[in-house]
Amino acid sequence: MTAEPPPARPNLTHGQLFSGFFQAGIMGFGGVLPIIRRLLVDDRRWLTQVEFNELFSLCQSLPGANVVNLSFAFGAREAGATGAACAVLGLLSAPVAIVLCLVWLYGKYGALPPVRHALLGLAATAAGLALGSGLRIATPILKLPRNIALAAAVYGLAFGLHLSLPLIVLLTLPVSLLLAWRAVP
Amino acid sequence: MSLNLLGQIAVLFGKLSLLAVGGANSTVPEIARITVGEKHWLSASQFSQFYAIANAAPGPNVLIVAVIGAHVAGVSGGLVAIAAMVLPAGITAAIIALMFDKHREARWRRVAQASLLPITAGLVLAAACVLARQSDTGWLTLVLTLVTALLTWRTGAHPLWLLGAGALAGLLFL
Repeated sequence: MTAEPPPARPNLTHGQLFSGFFQAGIMGFGGVLPIIRRLLVDDRRWLTQVEFNELFSLCQSLPGANVVNLSFAFGAREAGATGAACAVLGLLSAPVAIVLCLVWLYGKYGALPPVRHALLGLAATAAGLALGSGLRIATPILKLPRNIALAAAVYGLAFGLHLSLPLIVLLTLPVSLLLAWRAVP
Repeated sequence: MSLNLLGQIAVLFGKLSLLAVGGANSTVPEIARITVGEKHWLSASQFSQFYAIANAAPGPNVLIVAVIGAHVAGVSGGLVAIAAMVLPAGITAAIIALMFDKHREARWRRVAQASLLPITAGLVLAAACVLARQSDTGWLTLVLTLVTALLTWRTGAHPLWLLGAGALAGLLFL
């Protein structure tokens, strides 16, 4: 995508932030990232592709759910703290309402044999989704020996030894930071 | 429902918020370890079903925490869980995005990203294995997991089709 200099635009209003992110949340089946990119970059042209990549890579290098972080960061840049609140509430309100209904239905009908069987199939498939997307994340970075060693160590500590997440991060992040500090120009 | 329970939910997910390295899926092994193993709020099988429900609904995959919170403590539990999970990390992201607007090519960010990637990779693969161990009780569920993983990894097939096919297979053959 060619990066034309964006025309200067006034900051977005709270209503625009809420409705834009609301649309991304409600349409984001199986991953919000592609939807939110298309909405912000292609449909509403609030960001160029370059700006979007830049903001997303910032959010990825910070802890937390990436698209939720992106909503906080984008909303804050446009309209301060209340802008961030509008973007996040827009993104999450409908999906949260939907899963709350699903949990209620689960409590009511989850034990019925046909529902239970469908849920067991659904759960096995979702585990496959997690494995597939994990492999998609892992394969490009597991070309460097240091990455293989670190990822294997983290995997072993989490899945094999059941260590707590704070302890895993405490044990591996300093090593990883040091190696990256020396390797990254 | 007790405030004590809501407090436990808030503390658990609030602590995990700033440890979600590279995204919410990284915290799945820890959420399972605590909610299933330590607190016994739900069974292993329920955990993997809740993960699936969160995936089948629209929205980011961090919704798993709202599902667990709602199962444990109703609507308020779900709302407390999602707020505790997104606020600390989100506020941090907003502040840093405002501060670093001008420093686009900052080296610290490349270093942070490079150092977090292998940790994220290890955690998301551990998350997948935790979910597979919880949900794969026989050969059919194992086949469902492996075929879905292969299709997702190699073809990028749309998750909704795969989840629909998985639910149907479960309905017919389990």
